[in-house]
Amino acid sequence: MITHLLSAADLDRSTATLVLDTATEMATVAGREVKKLPTLRGRTVVNLFYEDSTRTRTSFEVAAKRLSADVINFSAKGSSVSKGESLKDTALTLQAMGADAVVIRHSASGAPHRLARWVDGSVVNAGDGTHEHPTQALLDAYTMRSRLGTLEGLRVAIVGDVLHSRVARSNVLLLATLGAKVTLVSPPTLLPVGVGAWPCAVSYDLDAVLGDVDVVMMLRVQRERMNDSYFPSAREYARRYGLDVARAARLPEHAIVMHPGPMNRGMEIAPEVADSARATIVEQVANGVSVRMAVLYLLLGGKS
Amino acid sequence: MSSFVLTGARILGAAKTDIVITDGVVAEVAPGASAPGATRIDADGLVALPGLVDLHTHLREPGREDAETVESGSRAAALGGYTAVCAMANTDPVADTAGVVEQVYRLGRDAGLAHVQPIGAVTVGLAGERLAELGAMADSAAAVRIFSDDGHCVSDPRLMRRALEYVKAFDGVIAQHAEEPRLTAGAQMHEGEWSARLGLTGWPAVAEEAIIARDVLLAEHVGARLHICHVSTAGSVEILRWAKARGIRVTAEVTPHHLLLTDALAESYDPVFKVNPPLRTDADVAALRAALADGVVDVVATDHAPHTVEDKECEWPYARPGMLGLQTALPVVLHTMLDPALLDGGGEPGPARLDWDGVAERMSRRPARIAGLAGHGRDPAPGVPANLTLVDPAARVTVDGGEIASRSRNTPYAGRTLPGRVVATFLAGAPTVLDGKAQR
Ligand SMILES: [Zn+2]
Repeated sequence: MITHLLSAADLDRSTATLVLDTATEMATVAGREVKKLPTLRGRTVVNLFYEDSTRTRTSFEVAAKRLSADVINFSAKGSSVSKGESLKDTALTLQAMGADAVVIRHSASGAPHRLARWVDGSVVNAGDGTHEHPTQALLDAYTMRSRLGTLEGLRVAIVGDVLHSRVARSNVLLLATLGAKVTLVSPPTLLPVGVGAWPCAVSYDLDAVLGDVDVVMMLRVQRERMNDSYFPSAREYARRYGLDVARAARLPEHAIVMHPGPMNRGMEIAPEVADSARATIVEQVANGVSVRMAVLYLLLGGKS
Repeated sequence: MSSFVLTGARILGAAKTDIVITDGVVAEVAPGASAPGATRIDADGLVALPGLVDLHTHLREPGREDAETVESGSRAAALGGYTAVCAMANTDPVADTAGVVEQVYRLGRDAGLAHVQPIGAVTVGLAGERLAELGAMADSAAAVRIFSDDGHCVSDPRLMRRALEYVKAFDGVIAQHAEEPRLTAGAQMHEGEWSARLGLTGWPAVAEEAIIARDVLLAEHVGARLHICHVSTAGSVEILRWAKARGIRVTAEVTPHHLLLTDALAESYDPVFKVNPPLRTDADVAALRAALADGVVDVVATDHAPHTVEDKECEWPYARPGMLGLQTALPVVLHTMLDPALLDGGGEPGPARLDWDGVAERMSRRPARIAGLAGHGRDPAPGVPANLTLVDPAARVTVDGGEIASRSRNTPYAGRTLPGRVVATFLAGAPTVLDGKAQR
């Protein structure tokens, strides 16, 4: 196993598969009356969140607690962090507290990589800037595998603001590792220069892609991007790249619709589509706990 | 005044000879030359170069004395073989008045480790809105000839035109930090495959190239001199090649780090590799080396940019851009540009090569001419002011940080072994460095 989970690229095929298989076992715990395993008793997991994300923080917190770890929530608000303490000083504090794992969410790309140089414990990237969000990619892969049986050869369209999306970066890397075929669909302004080197295809035309996919993953698109001329208006964006009812109807029968949340209903996805049987949005949340349990278990379980 | 005789020195790599320095001037160059009472310096096999001249140094004083002072930066310069440095204007207060440039000039003179030639700001407060009193700075004791808003681009085309025109009255030159700010909002690194992968906002090559293209045309239109700071892209090289072929009076500099390092180093997210303009690609590095060899890029300038630990030991996007350069510039240039045969095979193999004369031209003579520093950039010869440096071409030095004389530690070369060691530097006939150690 690996020491840190900073990028989906840290996972080779066998390790990624091990995480998903372990998550499957962890999911059975959720069905029990006592939803707890003693595995990480006496271990300390710190949630270090520089950005508000109740959803992700709670998911990691529940995961750690189900493994009987002690959880410290070190949120940026109201702590020394918001008083301008440097990441390095915070890292030294966490080190002194004996953190076995630090789960970090940060608005700066690469902050988890910096942190990993300053603490002895494992660092888990829970989303860094516009870089990566590897546990989101793992839970997405887990969800696809649960619904569709396999990832090998799966045709996945990831639609929306790829440029600013850490979810897209992690998903492209992980899905390629696991043998899926990814197509990014986006207006050209919201694709990074250099995307050509990524292990995926690129399209500007959602309608040309839709009929031929097993999974369509809609990314959150902030309306404010139009102020920077990434697109002319929210309405035009929704018309060209939104998953509305008519488009959803043209998906293959078995295809699923995913969204990492939080959704802009009416922007990238129509409410009727988000609430349809194809949508996996609620189970993605549940799967998040199982996958994060697996990650913490595999990072910490092997160490004494 | 004191006399020195440097024995066995090889001027620009030529045969061994002896150099006598008396009263601040090279008195004699000949095997066996000496002077009564002269201090003998063993320079056996060392290469004598005219003292290096840096067109682009950030000395941080006044304002950020925690990062560097005129004195500490001058000491780093001397140890790097420099006898003159041009101090950039982005201090606090900004060097946009005769008072501030005279202050920096005097601090340099008092430190006595290198000639410190202040650069004046083009616009008041570097704000890019109205011209600073360029004439007053030119007429001051600091005799400013280079003007730059470095750190910022003079992006308003009309203001740039006026600046280029105005300084013609006193043979000034505008040194442009070429960066179209509307194309680099929030930029963190070169825009390309690495920025895409690392999720860092890109700094596109076109933001530099568009300004250079505009400014060479402006310089042609008004018949002015233009200097381009830290050229970093292959595209910029092509525009400069075109402009020079057309007879436009443009000169350009490249930094040592753009000759050696690439954007792949950002993979670590260690901000010691964050710099503006950013590290670019292998193809850009190759184009810059070729351009420096063939003269399209005129000079090497360090863009020595000291930053405190707090400003570098943090998240990449929060870190300030810039790298130390004065003490490593010559070794990096020897490593990347000097014919390896002149270094006992110690440099990188590659097509673009200089000899020692070529190094002296690009690191001393030509920058001295651009800056208008008459006493610098002259090969050691009788009657010439004794500004020179002695380099051991056989030495290999591993950069470890301990040797750094700057107040800051942000070198991107830590752990690298580079060829060449500055053994001695003479400023106006007095040693600022002997045996690799600063003399004050
Ligand atoms: Zn600059």
